[in-house]
Amino acid sequence: MISVKLDHVSKMFGTVKGVEDIDIHIRSGEFFTFLGPSGCGKTTTLRMIAGFYYPTEGRIMFGEQDVTYLPPNKRNIGMVFQNYALFPHLTVFENVAFGLQVRKQSKQEIKEKVDRALKLVHLDGYGNRRIDQLSGGQQQRVALARALVIEPQILLLDEPLSNLDAKLREETRVEIKRLQLELGVTTIYVTHDQAEAMAMSDRIMVMKNGVIQQVGTPQEIYNRPNNEFVASFIGESNLLEGIVEEIHDQQIRVRFSSDWVLTGLQENVAPKTTLTKGEKVKISIRPESIREAKTEENGENIVRGKVALSEFTGVSVNYITQIGELQLKSMFINLGNRVYQRGEELALSIPKESVYFLG
Amino acid sequence: MKSGSTFTPSTLRRRTSFTSSPYFVYVLVSPLFLVLLAYVIYPLFQTFIESAQIDGSFSLQNYKDFFSLGNSANLEALWTSIYISVFSVITCGIVGVGMAFLLERYEFPGRKILSVLVMVPMALPPLIGVLSFDFLYGKSGIIPRALQALLGLDQVPFSLSGIGGVLVVHTFTMYTYFYMTASTAIRGLDPSLEEAAASLGANRFYIWRRIILPMLTPAMVASALLVFMIAMASYTAPLVFGVERTMTMQIYLSRTNGDLDMAATQSTILSVVSILFLIIMRWYQNARNYQNMSKGVSVHRTEVKSKVGKYISMALSILGVVILLLPILVLIILSFSEDGSWTVEILPTKYTFAHYIELFTDSETWKPIANSLEMSSLATIGNIIFGVAAAYAAVRLKFKGKTLLDILIMVPWALPGTVVGINLIAAFSQPNVFSFNQVLVGSFWIIPLAYFVRHLPLVFRSTSATFMQMDVSTEEAARSLGATWWYSFRRVVFPMAFSGILVGALLAFVQGIGEFVASILIYSADTTPMSVAIFQRMYAFEFGTACAYGSLQMLLILIVLFISQKIQGNSNITI
Repeated sequence: MISVKLDHVSKMFGTVKGVEDIDIHIRSGEFFTFLGPSGCGKTTTLRMIAGFYYPTEGRIMFGEQDVTYLPPNKRNIGMVFQNYALFPHLTVFENVAFGLQVRKQSKQEIKEKVDRALKLVHLDGYGNRRIDQLSGGQQQRVALARALVIEPQILLLDEPLSNLDAKLREETRVEIKRLQLELGVTTIYVTHDQAEAMAMSDRIMVMKNGVIQQVGTPQEIYNRPNNEFVASFIGESNLLEGIVEEIHDQQIRVRFSSDWVLTGLQENVAPKTTLTKGEKVKISIRPESIREAKTEENGENIVRGKVALSEFTGVSVNYITQIGELQLKSMFINLGNRVYQRGEELALSIPKESVYFLG
Repeated sequence: MKSGSTFTPSTLRRRTSFTSSPYFVYVLVSPLFLVLLAYVIYPLFQTFIESAQIDGSFSLQNYKDFFSLGNSANLEALWTSIYISVFSVITCGIVGVGMAFLLERYEFPGRKILSVLVMVPMALPPLIGVLSFDFLYGKSGIIPRALQALLGLDQVPFSLSGIGGVLVVHTFTMYTYFYMTASTAIRGLDPSLEEAAASLGANRFYIWRRIILPMLTPAMVASALLVFMIAMASYTAPLVFGVERTMTMQIYLSRTNGDLDMAATQSTILSVVSILFLIIMRWYQNARNYQNMSKGVSVHRTEVKSKVGKYISMALSILGVVILLLPILVLIILSFSEDGSWTVEILPTKYTFAHYIELFTDSETWKPIANSLEMSSLATIGNIIFGVAAAYAAVRLKFKGKTLLDILIMVPWALPGTVVGINLIAAFSQPNVFSFNQVLVGSFWIIPLAYFVRHLPLVFRSTSATFMQMDVSTEEAARSLGATWWYSFRRVVFPMAFSGILVGALLAFVQGIGEFVASILIYSADTTPMSVAIFQRMYAFEFGTACAYGSLQMLLILIVLFISQKIQGNSNITI
């Protein structure tokens, strides 16, 4: 297995910027995800790694080898396309065998490897089928087998689940992760689905408008978002704007337009951000980190407001609480407690360590 | 996965391939431009030069002659061509759109058979279609004579001749262009739009005026331009019905009278008109188009329910079927008639199978068939090679001059066959680089070259349509699996596009078999193709042999149409 390094890679399409200054190092055997909304440059980045585009600037390294301008057929990559891109005029077996035939392996060897690959994706016995005789999920697995059978150094997956229905998506997601762990192949995964990214990845790169927003493990990305975009794109978040009132003893106190004050910790300030007293600051609070306070409870980070929306989903109870001019989303796991109705007063406690300063 | 891959990094680095260079595109594309330059642009240019020269010096005298009021033959021809074309558009529009609405929107006895036969005129080679109309409805045609005998008249009650005849033949052979676009457009109309209009209180008439007709306009305009162009280029109908004052006929007459300068001048003017229309058409196609993609309920055909309506529609269906099938029928009947036996009778009196035997046994009769097969095959092979390469380049590659390639390749499609013939004569009656220092005119190669030029757009268009439908990612998948450009073209792109290529190639082949318009200008005794042989036999009053040739042509076309239908029906190639 091999590591992948993107060394300050940029891609221009004419005068339009595709991606800008992508600088990452994907470790050998890692499951690495490019995550972002459509048009954020994630597919462009993947296609540069595959060799379908050449970067305008920067270098791409596979291990010690500079592959920046190497054509795709010489990179020894396995790629699964969004629409699978199976060859409709070939059978399942022939599709999977294609890459091995290119490599001029013996008939015997090809047969063994293809059979093994089909078994790996639970399609043994389907070799003679035509592509249009397969369901979407089966086609997906043929595409995966075709990519894996050539024993690629790197596996590239371009939104492989987006054409499947919800249930199949879940199944295939588990399947892909299992294969990746079993084979230990360095995998780069492109998706716009944050849940998918969180569930599968070792690390995630969040992108927007061709620029990296944050690189980190799912926990880091979720719990310590770098900026407003990451905070709102991944999971739900309360994004509030206040004014820094006091910075003292590793604690920061923020006053909001209405009459409430929150205290957070210095360690939760986003990197490359410095806060100054009297300046505006954006903070992010995850709805599920907010707790219900006792009605009579008073003290730091406890706020009261009127329930504006109450939503019982079974798993949880979601509230939107009106606090002065601000609204706060909160989510409590359903433990059989009383569900507050619209108009009732609700006291909320916001733990200091759950307040993130985005700058 | 375990190691054992045959592509280790060190072997990768050494193989830098020629095909991955950014200039490879131009290596691939430059032969295409060269061929188009040599056999489309250069001949066009030579014709222009010839028209603008008198005794080797530049002069516009030919154009002055053309537009001079003293000798009005040319202006009259231009005017006649234009007004025949305008009327052809109108009649074809009425018949084609009417048929489309009838067959798409109504259910009546005989609809199914009629909707199959409605495309029959497409299967007739140009010369055959006109000849069969002459046999059927001409001055001594079967129908007028039959009516005369039936009604006991002194003279035939009606007959097709002159401009009227040309218009009837044009309507019969060209309404299919309107029919095809109109029926596609009608099928594409979202019925919920009409329902929405009705729910807003619009009545039938209002819906037609405000919804249906405006939405059909783009399709109608496109077909109108197309029919206008084809009618301008029409040569066989005026030839058979004796309308000498059309542009194509004037070119032919100038050429046979040896006035090459005037033929070149007339050709140039006709080329300008045709290319102008090509440009207008392309511009229009790029302009707005109302294609709606919405799914949902499909249109239900309104059933004709009343008894009277049923009888009327059945009678009209039968009439339609008869009119559509008669040209083929008459051709087959006449192909069995003894040459010279049919004079004043309604139908020939003596029949024989000899003509068909002769076709394949008499070497003189067989020669034109062999010629046509050989020349059309050669042209088709050329078309496949260049058509596929050009289509691939136009759809998949990025290079400077792509729009130019696109336009250049469509120019021969816009040019009337007569003009193509004159152009080739102008270009290749002296040796030059492009003809490898040979005089091509009078040689074997001039006709295959004409077929190649005329039918290149057919292969190009059907292939590029296939390439456009094909997902780029299949080719990328092959590349990602280690295939070189050539390997993936051979194993993936070509096999996937094969059906599209084959359909285009077959079409080009049968068009070559039936080609008449350019052939008549450039054939020589040794290279007489089938259509010219038909024409010669006609004028030698050997109707039987002529029709046997014609039936053979039709048989070939039907076989090809059948095969293409099968191929297109089977190709669920694009997922």
